[in-house]
Amino acid sequence: MVGFEPSEDQKLVQETVRSFAREQIRPRARDADETGEIPAALVEQAWGLGLVQGTVPEAYGGFGNELSAVTGALVAEELGWGDLSIALHILAPSLVTVPLLEFGTEAQKREVLPTYTGENFRAATAALVEPRFGFDPAEMETVAEKKNGGWILRGHKCFVPLADEAEHMLVYARTGGPGLENVGVFLVRRGTPGVEILEREKNMGIKGLRTFEVRLSDVRLPAEARLETGEAGVRRLLDRSRVALAALAVGVSRAAFEYARDYAKERKAFGVAIAQKQAIAFMVAEMAIEIDATRLLVWEAAWKLDRGEDATREAVLAKQYAAERALEITDNAVQVLGGHGYIRDHPVEMWLRNARGFATFEGLAIV
Amino acid sequence: MIDFELPENIVRLREAIHALATEHMRPISREYDEREHEKPWEFLRMMWEISKGTTITGEADGALREARGTRHLASVVSTEELSWGDAGLYLSIPNAGLGGAAVAAAGTPEQKQRFLARFREGEPKWGAMAITEPGCGSDTAAITTTAVRDGDHWVLNGTKIFCTSGLMAAEKSEGFVVVWATVDRSAGRAGIKAFVVDHHTPGMKVTKVEKKLGIRVSDTATLVFEDCRIPLDNILGSPEVEKERKEGFKGAMATFDATRPVVAASAIGVGRAALDFTREALEKAGIRIRYGTPPTKLTAVERDFMDMEANLQAARLLTWRAAWMMDRGMRNNLEASMCKAKAGLAVTRVTQKAVEILGPLGYSRKYLLEKWMRDAKINDIFEGTQQINLLIVARRIFGYSSRELN
Repeated sequence: MVGFEPSEDQKLVQETVRSFAREQIRPRARDADETGEIPAALVEQAWGLGLVQGTVPEAYGGFGNELSAVTGALVAEELGWGDLSIALHILAPSLVTVPLLEFGTEAQKREVLPTYTGENFRAATAALVEPRFGFDPAEMETVAEKKNGGWILRGHKCFVPLADEAEHMLVYARTGGPGLENVGVFLVRRGTPGVEILEREKNMGIKGLRTFEVRLSDVRLPAEARLETGEAGVRRLLDRSRVALAALAVGVSRAAFEYARDYAKERKAFGVAIAQKQAIAFMVAEMAIEIDATRLLVWEAAWKLDRGEDATREAVLAKQYAAERALEITDNAVQVLGGHGYIRDHPVEMWLRNARGFATFEGLAIV
Repeated sequence: MIDFELPENIVRLREAIHALATEHMRPISREYDEREHEKPWEFLRMMWEISKGTTITGEADGALREARGTRHLASVVSTEELSWGDAGLYLSIPNAGLGGAAVAAAGTPEQKQRFLARFREGEPKWGAMAITEPGCGSDTAAITTTAVRDGDHWVLNGTKIFCTSGLMAAEKSEGFVVVWATVDRSAGRAGIKAFVVDHHTPGMKVTKVEKKLGIRVSDTATLVFEDCRIPLDNILGSPEVEKERKEGFKGAMATFDATRPVVAASAIGVGRAALDFTREALEKAGIRIRYGTPPTKLTAVERDFMDMEANLQAARLLTWRAAWMMDRGMRNNLEASMCKAKAGLAVTRVTQKAVEILGPLGYSRKYLLEKWMRDAKINDIFEGTQQINLLIVARRIFGYSSRELN
């Protein structure tokens, strides 16, 4: 039955993350952007919210909450509202836990999941994107070749968050011809020979988040390193990732909207608040409408995922729509602030740089 | 719960209406667009018999009554389907219409009985709402039509334009017209009241039926009131001019909270017709939309199509939300304007883009797409233009009164 209200449990989670984002994340967002560092204490504090370990079954040390893309989208929006870099850092362990929960073998879960249910934050990551024009997950250049009952991985990845400290990395690699059904997902432990973490990347936005290029040179893995993604599993993981990124984009958009709204009410011109001018008021009204519109697209895609249905169309449309709207909305927020929006004393220029990334981001978060 | 599954009874309703739209609306769509002011009586009588006529007056029947607690959701879903068939024909269907919505929102039980009961029996009837004047549109506080009390009557004088189904309601059936008029021009908005003028009341005359860009089968009438006398108790709400509480005006404005999601749904129906047509034409040409393929590898047509699809779905979900809120008795003033603003603009762009994509197939009157583009545009205009709805949204966001932001 059609409904637009989160459940009581979801509201509780949403409210908790919202306050955390307001009180802990937002005040540290600018510093993270300027220094490129996210305080370890903040990450530990966020770990205490149980967002990652919450959905791990008790048998593996987690809290045993249901893995829900809708709940994940609610969480991601709030974190994204706080700060995108910090959100991606905090959620990075999900890049391993969620795919394992969905498609891991019993042995993989038993070995890996307890790492991410402990007292402290432990980094994990995934390597999907490759540094070239027109990257397509269905036609990756990173290959996994079957040899002597195991796998050999070769390739070059980029945008791999926290690669330097990750205990586990999921590598997406082609095992045959083109097509997502021929993509394998491989569990790579820290320190595996042949995995080379290259220099930290310098990006236009999400500057607080450490991302790396990774070179895979004849990385030998046992047969058991592959997840059981089957025919449609990788597609589903990509869809979950699209939903997560789209939800984060809604959060960034909402941050920019609220800031522009409040500024427009404060700032006077020609004797009235600029919000009282239609040229400004309409921009802000459109931001509000598009944020709600995007959120509903995200929720619908997440809801389809939770029902176990093919959600590729919905997830793709939601992600694309969210990426475009986030860019528009953050750009308009800068515009509402005028010259002040361009100055780094205000956060809107940072949100614009962050939002620009959504068109590029793939596999950087998952719910 | 966050959920997007329609209840089964609404799914059944939608399927039934889709079949009806396919069978009875699409085949006569072009003909009555070209014949402009002629009415497809066979279709209208059939619809009257099916529904005995109301969807938005609170007097729902049959499948709608079954949809307990989901009446407004059922209404937007069925409206989308009817407009997918033909938006002009949908607007022409005999029912209590906007006038009925106003009576349902602001009328007394006696008034509801007197004006709405007739929509369950006899010959086809129409209800209409007359607000716009030659000199004022969205600025309803500037209304110049006057209502003066004279003994047991109100006497109306003035001219109303752009009254949907005005001809059918006033002169071609035993319907009624809800007329907005001022009882005290010095009182501004507080002086604006709504009056029910019954069909064929002396002093009310249709002087013009407009020729339009689209929705040509639906009549859009000019009504002139010259010393038009109506009973005292035909006023909706209190006759008092309450400067502080503005009840009369607010009551009338509340009508729009119910009707804007329906207009949005109608818009979406037209947009979906265009999208379906485009998809089929592309498939015939061997073009399939490859969801999930990187943007750098997509054709421009695929990108455009996905953009149209996402915009339409976004508008649909906003509309469902506004209806869902009404079903739960929540105030939806903001959300109603949001969905209307989004849907009006989205379908205007979607249908225009569809014509562009399909070129000669889109522009030719051999197909219905060009008609849908013309029909779509009205949704960006009536029931509050795009800009008026943005204004309402903006006021709510900033917490401004209409004086602070206008």
